[in-house]
Amino acid sequence: MNDALFWHRLQFGFTAAYHYLFPQLTMGLALLIVLFKEWGVRYSDEGWDQASRFWIRIFGLTFAVGVVTGIPMEFQFGTNWARFSERTGGIIGQTLGMEGMFAFFLESSFLAILVWGESRFGPKIHRLAAWALLFGSWASGYFIIATDAFMQHPVGYHLGADGTFELTSFWAFLLNPWALRQYVHNMLGAVVTGSFCVTAVGAYYRLRGVHLDQSNRFVKMGVVVGFIGSVLVAFPTGDQQGKLVAAHQPVALAAMEGHWNSGRYAPLVFIGQPDVEHRTLENPLRAPGVLSYIAYGSFSSNVKGLNEFPVAQWPTNIELLYYSFHIMVGLGTLFIALYGLALWRLVRGRLERTRALLWVLMLAFPFPFIANTAGWMTAELGRQPWLVYGLLPTREGTSELVHGGQTIFTLLGFAGLYFVLGLLYLFLVSREIDRGPSQAASSH
Amino acid sequence: MEALWYYLVAVMVAGYATLDGFDFGAGTLHLFVARTDAERRTVLGAIGPLWDGNEVWLLAGGGTLFLAFPHVLASGFSGLYLAMFLVVWTLILRGISIEFRSHVRSELWRAFWDVVFFVASSLMPVFLGAALGNILRGLPVDSSGRFNLPLFTDFRTQNPVGILDWYTVLTGLFVWVTLAAHGALFLSFKCDGPVRERSRRAATYLWAGAAVFGIVTTLATASVNPALYRALPHSPLAWVGLGLFLAGMVTTFVALRLRRDLLAFLGSSGFIVGILVATAACSFPVMLRSTLDPKFSLTAYNASVAEHGLRVGAIWWVLGFLIVLGYFTLLFRLHRGRVKAEADGEGY
Repeated sequence: MNDALFWHRLQFGFTAAYHYLFPQLTMGLALLIVLFKEWGVRYSDEGWDQASRFWIRIFGLTFAVGVVTGIPMEFQFGTNWARFSERTGGIIGQTLGMEGMFAFFLESSFLAILVWGESRFGPKIHRLAAWALLFGSWASGYFIIATDAFMQHPVGYHLGADGTFELTSFWAFLLNPWALRQYVHNMLGAVVTGSFCVTAVGAYYRLRGVHLDQSNRFVKMGVVVGFIGSVLVAFPTGDQQGKLVAAHQPVALAAMEGHWNSGRYAPLVFIGQPDVEHRTLENPLRAPGVLSYIAYGSFSSNVKGLNEFPVAQWPTNIELLYYSFHIMVGLGTLFIALYGLALWRLVRGRLERTRALLWVLMLAFPFPFIANTAGWMTAELGRQPWLVYGLLPTREGTSELVHGGQTIFTLLGFAGLYFVLGLLYLFLVSREIDRGPSQAASSH
Repeated sequence: MEALWYYLVAVMVAGYATLDGFDFGAGTLHLFVARTDAERRTVLGAIGPLWDGNEVWLLAGGGTLFLAFPHVLASGFSGLYLAMFLVVWTLILRGISIEFRSHVRSELWRAFWDVVFFVASSLMPVFLGAALGNILRGLPVDSSGRFNLPLFTDFRTQNPVGILDWYTVLTGLFVWVTLAAHGALFLSFKCDGPVRERSRRAATYLWAGAAVFGIVTTLATASVNPALYRALPHSPLAWVGLGLFLAGMVTTFVALRLRRDLLAFLGSSGFIVGILVATAACSFPVMLRSTLDPKFSLTAYNASVAEHGLRVGAIWWVLGFLIVLGYFTLLFRLHRGRVKAEADGEGY
């Protein structure tokens, strides 16, 4: 606990997890806003435009917080992870630089036009701005995922004698198979977050009996997109992500599942608490053979257990990794069930009268944020103890002259600032929701 | 290739200082040149659609530095650790003060964010100026290419130095005055009515201040880092920068007299770009100058990444930069003309 490494990791992890609460919503909403606008154009239906205007207001607030909490992420590469930046800058500097050039400039140029410019610049430019924000925010996501993919599964590089990574193939690095798969999985996660929020507000209006026309549109769009997203995020994309981990990070897979002993017919664990000291899993509920099948496509495949790997290669926090993975998978499964049920009621035309289900849909919106966060924690805790998998240990990446006292100071600063920022954000968003989607009610 | 990237970083720094510079200046002055809520909304209407794009120059500039000279980024950012986080927190507060202000129609709410916006906008130029001062004064970079400075020590420029000493405070104030003037010139160009008049009056005084500080800082730099000026005779680019700097200074003085708002703003932009170009040209190839031993200094040649990365990066960088110029042309065209306050609730 006293070493600087712990505080560097905690600060980066905390600021990254907090930051990502916002982009996952804006990336999801960007798609839904474009869908609302395109529906409005296609069916010449003012109601869809009104829906897009409401969500653009929420988008603007969320985007602002996403921008300001993203700045520290860029800085921390240099401030807290100097040796990592020095050794990998020739590679990941490419994608981080491209994010600025190709994504941030696009987003920032059109944001104000999207949020404030509809009446001033007219529907055509406004529609263009909606597409620009969708394209920009999704491109930004790709550059970050490609950066992370290099850390998870390095390709396209040459490791120099002084430990510096040199770029040898730009395209191999940019089109890392890990990045392509993780990107689709991650973006679908963002779509799930966006559609859960849209559905929740729709359900809230329906339960209160206000803005019923808009409520129907929110629920309809949210449930359809949310169901498609929930299914695709699990299968095929989540499944493929799991197979990549099994192929390239078998020790991470074993830790995610609390799987100690190698063997065929490895079980999938539903519930249980890993006891790392005694190398067991308490009160497990398992499905035999399923882990073997998921990881390698056959029930009789051998899945290596943690006992087969030296302790030095184990992820550093097996318990947290295990729970993160199970929370993600468990919530993902529940999402499919919930949205499958909602879609069935919707198609039957009974959803608006099923108040119990509307209550659940309204209260479900925090859970995709949890699932997305848990997903990232699974990926990044599973990567430990490496910064660049198998090549650069995490402890060799920190800024060696920055001591723990400096990092604790800045971490506390972030904790306080982000707490206030979160309160302000929730306060403003809840005001917008109360104000409602009808333009007439613009009194604050 | 290394030289090209050195100057690409300089382009990003100059672009950032000029563009985000005017919205820092506008934030520094808005409490004084805009008194009513409608006037303040005019100021925010002038910079609101632009500030985010301007700030991206910082992030893209950081990305440029990261991809070409990661050693400089790693050493500089970790060495100035505490100052970097003050910058980050200030940028956070500044960003939300612009974006959150309009959402609640309450005098107290808006007064609060106006002050936050003022404080953050005034601090940023001081931080940037102090950062520039640290680079010019030199840093105790050791044989491993590292250093770590406290915020301040005894305010002298000899080791052990802190991030703040008399010289870096001076450069901080110089940049503060210059960007305040630059912001005032922007507002007198973009706004109308009383805001325009007050901004122009403020600009007259502030510009004189910027000129005085500019000369004092130039002299002080000669005593803190004499080597910088020894490079001057051999660098044609530095002369171009110096010429731009002086021409910009004079242009703004004259244009203020003639009440030519756009010309005055272009003059201050030339002044800022000119001094940064001249500094970059005189410093080349040194990026972080070591005060312990010149051979520990990080330069464009010893701190860059391998050739292939620089080559590939240059292709997409130039392509991306052309697109960015396109965005900014479109952006400034769409938001051309003097701003009027939007109806409350329909804009910043």
